[in-house]
Amino acid sequence: MFYLIQLLNGIQYGLLLFLLASGLTLIFGIMGVINLAHGGFYMIGAYLAFWLARTTGSLWLAIPLSIIIAFSIGLLLETTIFSRLYKRDHLYQVLLTFGLILVFEELRSILFGDDVHGVPVPPLLDFSIPLTETLSYPVYRLFVTVVCISIALTMHFVIHKTRVGMMIRAATSNREMAASLGVNIPLLFALVFAFGVALAAFAGTIAAPIASVSPGMGNHMVIICFVVVVIGGIGSINGAMIAALAIGLADTLGKVTAPEYSAFAVYLLMAAILLWRPQGIAGRA
Amino acid sequence: MSSITLPRSVLLIAVAVIALVPLVGSTFYVQLGAKIMIMAIFALSLDFLVGHTGLVSLGHAAFFGLAGYVLALISPQYQAANLWLTLPVAVVITALAALVIGFLVVRTTGVYFIMVTLAFAQMLYSIFHDTNLGGGSDGIYIYVRPELAVAGMRPFNLESPVQFYYFVLLIMVGVYAFLSKVLHAPFGRALAGIKVNEHRMRSIGYPVSSYKLGAFVLGGAIAGVAGYLAACQFGFVNPEILAWHHSAGVLMMVILGGMGKLHGAVLGALAYTLLQEILSRPLLLGSYAKHWQLAMGSLIVFIVLALPHGLAGILDLSLRIRSTKPARVEEALDD
Repeated sequence: MFYLIQLLNGIQYGLLLFLLASGLTLIFGIMGVINLAHGGFYMIGAYLAFWLARTTGSLWLAIPLSIIIAFSIGLLLETTIFSRLYKRDHLYQVLLTFGLILVFEELRSILFGDDVHGVPVPPLLDFSIPLTETLSYPVYRLFVTVVCISIALTMHFVIHKTRVGMMIRAATSNREMAASLGVNIPLLFALVFAFGVALAAFAGTIAAPIASVSPGMGNHMVIICFVVVVIGGIGSINGAMIAALAIGLADTLGKVTAPEYSAFAVYLLMAAILLWRPQGIAGRA
Repeated sequence: MSSITLPRSVLLIAVAVIALVPLVGSTFYVQLGAKIMIMAIFALSLDFLVGHTGLVSLGHAAFFGLAGYVLALISPQYQAANLWLTLPVAVVITALAALVIGFLVVRTTGVYFIMVTLAFAQMLYSIFHDTNLGGGSDGIYIYVRPELAVAGMRPFNLESPVQFYYFVLLIMVGVYAFLSKVLHAPFGRALAGIKVNEHRMRSIGYPVSSYKLGAFVLGGAIAGVAGYLAACQFGFVNPEILAWHHSAGVLMMVILGGMGKLHGAVLGALAYTLLQEILSRPLLLGSYAKHWQLAMGSLIVFIVLALPHGLAGILDLSLRIRSTKPARVEEALDD
């Protein structure tokens, strides 16, 4: 029963990673931009949850508001900064987004201070399902799991079955050809980028009641997300899903068995995948 | 093709100017100068990878930090360690780590390489941060600087800021000269070829992966020298010296100076470290100085958007404007 709980935790953590990593891998796959600051959007989402939940008094109001704010931030950043990076070398993308991280972190420090904050679980979901006499599982975590799964399914549907999805796939495999066939590439890029930002912020918002809202929370997540993207294969949503679940489980089980080395297990998994398939599970050689 | 280093006369003057600093500056400036030169060695080692081999590593601080930790772990607690013993041990261990990590990362290219080097550096960070091997997140103090003895004599007393300064200067000049030699040797020419066109180098028979691995190990080992010196200077190590902020910072130095040029790495280290010093003191920004990273971050964004070729690029540009006309004549003659 104890391991069932850990299994559920691992899946839930993996799904949260997927929300971040899928945005990262989409942005990379379509626009060719490596975005170190992606974890910053996760952090922004969590702080928005903290701030909005306190001012409006409800997480249910905070979630849509934070998605709208994050989407707008995404559009703004894409049009002012990121659209200038598409043709530049990855090296400059790394540096520019590193600069953005410093800016995000300091703005966070000025606006919210450096303390660790908590966000209360909404009363509606603030109870646990008893599993044995001593062990129980919080419903909010199940809620997070279900929400993440439905988002993943929706994304899969949109990308593979709709017209927008077709444009996204076309732009991923050949940008110039898609443009010459009449796809509005700048608009598509702006929307995909803003969507990726909103997804990362949403992950931060719904994770806020589980994880603490703290400085540096985004940076840790983004490095793990890079591992997810590397293992899954850049540009592949399906690969990101498999890799995110594998990392989620490896990390959670590692924390239970050898807490000091749990982070190590994640990187070891990456090293093994690199030896076996340097282009990632679902990556094209 | 623009030269990878400056004319010898300019370099000699530059070294002479650096050597004069302790004669006019106070201890504060001597220590700052030593710090800048250590960062310059670090930036040189990364420029060797980024600017000359085309390997954009975002985990270079791992090797810098590892060497510092090795010194801290093998130093006796209240006595001076022997530099002749500890420096080679630190550098060899760092080189071995670079060999193992390099073996895995040179299999990847482009953006994968960036992410994978970042991830492995983070792995080392987590080892030192999460376990008790190196004092956890608090790190370790090094109470006494290593001792440098040659046949019973001590040419440099590293406890003295001025003598430490000259010792670091000596090593920086050595590293600069060594890298300049390597880059002009067949090995360095092959690396330049790999940077420009990897596939062509492979098809004419170069074992490209081995060359890349060799460069990665050499770059890691020199970063280790810088990390060793930094641990000597500051007297403590903590996991932050391996953190990716540090890796990105040194990458910024390389870009700021203009990559692919050895003097660029030194200039970049100078500019970045001075910027850090100026912004983080209340002198300029007043009470906002504790949020200096806001200014630094904005500046980085601005530099990347506005100055794609770094500070050395401005120098180059002024040279190029003067030499445009003859080049055009040559092109016309070629036709």
